[in-house]
Amino acid sequence: MISKLVIENVKHRPMRSMLSILLIGVPVTLILTLVGLSQGIIEESAKRSRGVGADIIVRAPGTSMLSFSGAPLPEELVPMLAKWPHVKLATGTMNHGAGGLLEIVTGIDVDAFNKMSGGFTFLEGHTFERPDDIVIDQYYARQRKVHAGDTTELLNRPWHVAGVVAPGKLSRIFLPIKILQDLTANRNRISQVYLKVDDPKNIPLVVSSLKSKLGDEYPIMPMEQLISLTSVDNVPGLRPFINVIVGIAVIIAFAVVCLSMYMAVLQRTREIGILKSLGASKWFILQIILAEALFLGFGGTALGILLSFATRALLAVFVPASLPQAIVPEWWPIAGLIAVGAALLGGLYPGLTAARQDPIEALAYE
Amino acid sequence: MNKSIISIQDLRKVYHVGKVDIEALRGVDLEVPAGQFLSIVGPSGSGKSTLFHIIGGLTPPTSGTVRVADQDLAALTDSGRTNLRKKSVGFVFQKFNLLPNLTAADNIAVAKHISGTANGNDQEFEKVLELLGISRRLNHKPSSLSGGEQQRVAIARAIVNRPAILLADEPTGNLDTENSQAVLTLLRDLNNRLGQTILMITHNPEAATFGDRTVHMRDGRVSV
Ligand SMILES: Nc1ncnc2c1ncn2[C@@H]1O[C@H](COP(=O)(O)OP(=O)(O)O)[C@@H](O)[C@H]1O
Ligand SMILES: [Mg+2]
Repeated sequence: MISKLVIENVKHRPMRSMLSILLIGVPVTLILTLVGLSQGIIEESAKRSRGVGADIIVRAPGTSMLSFSGAPLPEELVPMLAKWPHVKLATGTMNHGAGGLLEIVTGIDVDAFNKMSGGFTFLEGHTFERPDDIVIDQYYARQRKVHAGDTTELLNRPWHVAGVVAPGKLSRIFLPIKILQDLTANRNRISQVYLKVDDPKNIPLVVSSLKSKLGDEYPIMPMEQLISLTSVDNVPGLRPFINVIVGIAVIIAFAVVCLSMYMAVLQRTREIGILKSLGASKWFILQIILAEALFLGFGGTALGILLSFATRALLAVFVPASLPQAIVPEWWPIAGLIAVGAALLGGLYPGLTAARQDPIEALAYE
Repeated sequence: MNKSIISIQDLRKVYHVGKVDIEALRGVDLEVPAGQFLSIVGPSGSGKSTLFHIIGGLTPPTSGTVRVADQDLAALTDSGRTNLRKKSVGFVFQKFNLLPNLTAADNIAVAKHISGTANGNDQEFEKVLELLGISRRLNHKPSSLSGGEQQRVAIARAIVNRPAILLADEPTGNLDTENSQAVLTLLRDLNNRLGQTILMITHNPEAATFGDRTVHMRDGRVSV
């Protein structure tokens, strides 16, 4: 019976109900998009790290495993590490932030990188030939709306897009390492060295022998460890950012439901009076209001989940390279709990107001 | 003397509106035997509705003794009055006061649900619905029912839980002559056939004659 009352009430004011559901849905989408983005970016970067085909990464002392720019290591390290026991291949790369949103240009030693990673899959064009050639991956090409043969601006100069490759190998934007070093005044310097060992069983052995030789201050670790380190908590500021957004979402959902239910209670003052004249208890009235808030909360959650698919589609059209958004179903119940909790809380005050209403005054209400 | 289902001595009710005290009832004495159909007439503002609101447990008395269906209303708490409304009295109002979003049947079902007596089908009540002449209009919402039909649904809702007392506050005030006549005849029938105790407020002296007895109210007091 209560559900019937609630459903008829919701149907009776379709506009108010839809607006409330929409307004609750927006913060749910906000949460899911944000979480999906962090997850998507992290998954994407893990995939690209694996795509290198390396077993071990060596970086410079004092640099974070996750820093994106700078080239503090001397290039002579590469041939030295290539001769290390059990090391099959070594290649140095250099990262340089290109200024755009998460845009990083990677300088590679083409031959060594191909050997380690198995080589690029060219979807369009070919590898570096001209001095102004650049190779980019499919997502970046789509985001920049360029094809092989086009010219694109990067690091304050025009580049000739020599080839477009399948994504999933280290980076999205590639230059021959010499060209990037010269351009950024980092001659003979690199950001990190990737190593491939003869047998995965020997990875720990190589890591510990490198550490004892180079010094403990060198961040040296198996690639799998690096990948597992890449999480929301390791991206500086991301966790607090998510918390702030979730907090804002809770407040919005709470305010929306509170306002909406308060309006509903006012509009239904007389009906509440009628129910009271029939002997409805305070708890009964409160239940009706809370049940409606609950309904709005669930409706908002469902709509919010649907909308998060829409934001993913939008991002995939406009910024496929920078902001890959994952769909994270594990967060659906969390976002739902937040929305429903905020809705219940928001319904509580109007519900108590309604429950306490004087039946005679309520019946006289026009 | 027949056993009184309503017994009131020196009932007073004062409303506080801002700094002003309004004496709505100034010492009402009234005895109503079970099974009586009592008409109450009197000018506007004489306290008729207030008397009903107290008998029906919508508001507590300020002072005096009020016994309704063996309960001392002065001693009742808020939830005690809620129980009184749920079990012992049924209201019929001038403005029908049906829930606009629900069908006639659901309006009646809500009252049943609230009282906690929502049992399956009720043969006896089916007959009451026949008597009220609304059996075929039960799936309509109030907005598609005539005033007369709405008031008959309201009456059905008021008596569905077999209350000891039916309180009808100007039940024909919003109806034309024909519908008024129908509703009054119905109340008369309910009293005759089911022995339903009915108190009815009316402005219309002719309507009052449908009752067994008429009392007059003036300035917050009952005069015979
Ligand atoms: N809830 C209330 N608050 C304040 N004054 C009220 C209230 N209800 C009734 N009154 C006052 O009490 C008096 C009696 O009103 P009422 O019982 O409605 O009379 P009747 O039904 O005979 O017209 C009137 O003066 C009215 O203004
Ligand atoms: Mg009145």
